[in-house]
Amino acid sequence: MKYLYDLKIGEKCRVDKILIYDSLRRRLIDLGLTPDTLVECVGQSPLGDPKAFLIKGAVIALRYEVCKSIRVTEVLA
Amino acid sequence: MSDIITVALAGNPNVGKSTIFNALTGMKQHTGNWTGKTVDSALGYFKTETHRYRLVDLPGTYSLIPHSAEEKIARDYIYNEKPEAVIVVCDATCLERNLNLVLQTKKIARRVIVCVNLLDEAKKKGISVDLDLLAHRLGVRVVGVVARQNKTIKNLLFALDEAVENDELTTQSNDFLNYELQEELAISTVKTAEKIFNGVVTYKNKNYQNHDRKIDKILTSRAFGYPLMLLLLCIIFWITISGANYPSDLLFSAFSWVEIKLSEFLNLIHLPTVIHNALVFGIFRTVSFVVSVMLPPMAIFFPLFTLLEDLGYLPRVAYNLDKPFKKCNACGKQALTMCMGFGCNAVGVTGCRIIDSPRERLLAILTNTFVPCNGRFPTIIAIITMFLAVGGGVLSSVSATLILTLVIVFGILMTFLATKLLSATVLKGVPSNFILEMPPYRKPEFLKVIIRSVLDRTVYVLGRALITAVPAGLVIFIMSNVNISDKALLLHCADFLDPFAQLMGLDGVILLGFILGFPANEIVVPIIIMAYTGAGIISGDMNLQNVQELFVSNGWDITTAISMLIFSLCHWPCATTVLTIKKETASFKWTALAVFLPTALGIIICMLFNLLIKLLH
Repeated sequence: MKYLYDLKIGEKCRVDKILIYDSLRRRLIDLGLTPDTLVECVGQSPLGDPKAFLIKGAVIALRYEVCKSIRVTEVLA
Repeated sequence: MSDIITVALAGNPNVGKSTIFNALTGMKQHTGNWTGKTVDSALGYFKTETHRYRLVDLPGTYSLIPHSAEEKIARDYIYNEKPEAVIVVCDATCLERNLNLVLQTKKIARRVIVCVNLLDEAKKKGISVDLDLLAHRLGVRVVGVVARQNKTIKNLLFALDEAVENDELTTQSNDFLNYELQEELAISTVKTAEKIFNGVVTYKNKNYQNHDRKIDKILTSRAFGYPLMLLLLCIIFWITISGANYPSDLLFSAFSWVEIKLSEFLNLIHLPTVIHNALVFGIFRTVSFVVSVMLPPMAIFFPLFTLLEDLGYLPRVAYNLDKPFKKCNACGKQALTMCMGFGCNAVGVTGCRIIDSPRERLLAILTNTFVPCNGRFPTIIAIITMFLAVGGGVLSSVSATLILTLVIVFGILMTFLATKLLSATVLKGVPSNFILEMPPYRKPEFLKVIIRSVLDRTVYVLGRALITAVPAGLVIFIMSNVNISDKALLLHCADFLDPFAQLMGLDGVILLGFILGFPANEIVVPIIIMAYTGAGIISGDMNLQNVQELFVSNGWDITTAISMLIFSLCHWPCATTVLTIKKETASFKWTALAVFLPTALGIIICMLFNLLIKLLH
């Protein structure tokens, strides 16, 4: 099993499932994190967390706690 | 001409909604480049040849199925107030995500007009948008806009007129009110947006974001992220300090000249001496000091800060500082509200609405006062210039810059300390989440930003000076001239405070200055000056050299100056901020804590610092 957090800078993946079930889930969906969406890791902050992801043309910063709960497939370099 | 037609302006954060609002209404609402900059709905009016419109600027939102307070405002407004039409502003460079909101708005609004903004930016990046295809697929009017070009705004007005005259009202759906349906609905909307989007936008170059990523790589890198933040702060401070010196002196001499003329005139009309003194030495001197000290640094600092903001740098600051804030169980967006605090703590406190978690929002509200606002920042610069800067010429402004940076870094560290303290005691909890959009870097319109923010700041500072310095000057003048048993009332109060103030390295007059400065921090130093000069009459011209000599002759040394700096950063928020905190928290308890916490920390730190100095001697 791979999670969004495992993505290294420059790697891409497809979203499989969001394993978060509170109000945050809806915000992530609104930002475009729906199953099969292509996501690319584009950077990390100076201390390694949060990381930045390219989602539907926008760069969104997400914390470790969120990234580790988003299951992904098809990790591509 | 028919009745006034209400139209709402909606859109994701960061799509240039405020720019469109300003272009339509001709108003000068400040535009910013971060999520939720517009925290309150703004209202403006405009008219076309056939209609008159009232425009409501809704807070930026990603979705109408509410997740945060702001989103609820937007949803409730469209759903309950039923504006005749909703203009949904979209960013051409990020259209797919934006379509989500368009589709949701279509379901509850009476008429929808899609305004695809930032077409010029898109073109530069080799992105082209097929507006006709988009209109066809969405079934609503679509207008492409470049906010700086009047012609495109006219197209928008034309589409609006057409829409309110012709378009059928779409049926309103109740879907968004049903909680169960929400996730399915959200996912299906995202999928629909994807389908509509496909083929509408074509990219000449798939790697159009590479440029931004390269800049990000440097500005948020492990090695340079923090040093660059400090360096940028230093540069801005240096330009502010060295640039403010000359105009400040100029203002002081201009005011001195006016003062002489004013005095002559008042004598000419045979005004009683006491009224003459109250007007000249009470009111006029306080106003002239406030304006001379406050205006130049603010008129330089703010345009620079606005440029940094318009470039898109501030979200990167929040990104860089999120980890440290998380360590304090808080949210990285607190870095943004901290930055707003530089302008005005009351604005910073209101801005805390961008933080979703109520606990983290409270943390940000209660600690906002540790960044010096408009009213304190120039005072801090003045104290540094008078007492701590060393050397002459460039060396003096460089050393002043370094000390000022140190003071601000101290304030930021205090923010972290206080946040940590609160989250370990009364505001316990785990950090919730941090989702921050990092917008593309945009080239600011340098000239426009500079001219507008210089004018804005000038009006703001002068306005503040008039409403606070005039009454304050009069009150202090009366207090320093009403004698009770051969001593001025002001000095009685100062004497009473003195023993306690001495423990903090201050004196009774300084502490009294802070207390009487509660309505506005700008007047702290003028109060101190008037108290020291007894009847409020300073010998010679009013300028920083004379003020420094006056302070030294009243026992000031470097320790006093440093204690004053510490207490400037750490004391109760001003009256406006306290009222805002009360409004935002709707709690007397939290408001009291917001006053108590910085005050207690300030007193403790001042006392410890002076104890240390005494021990060293």
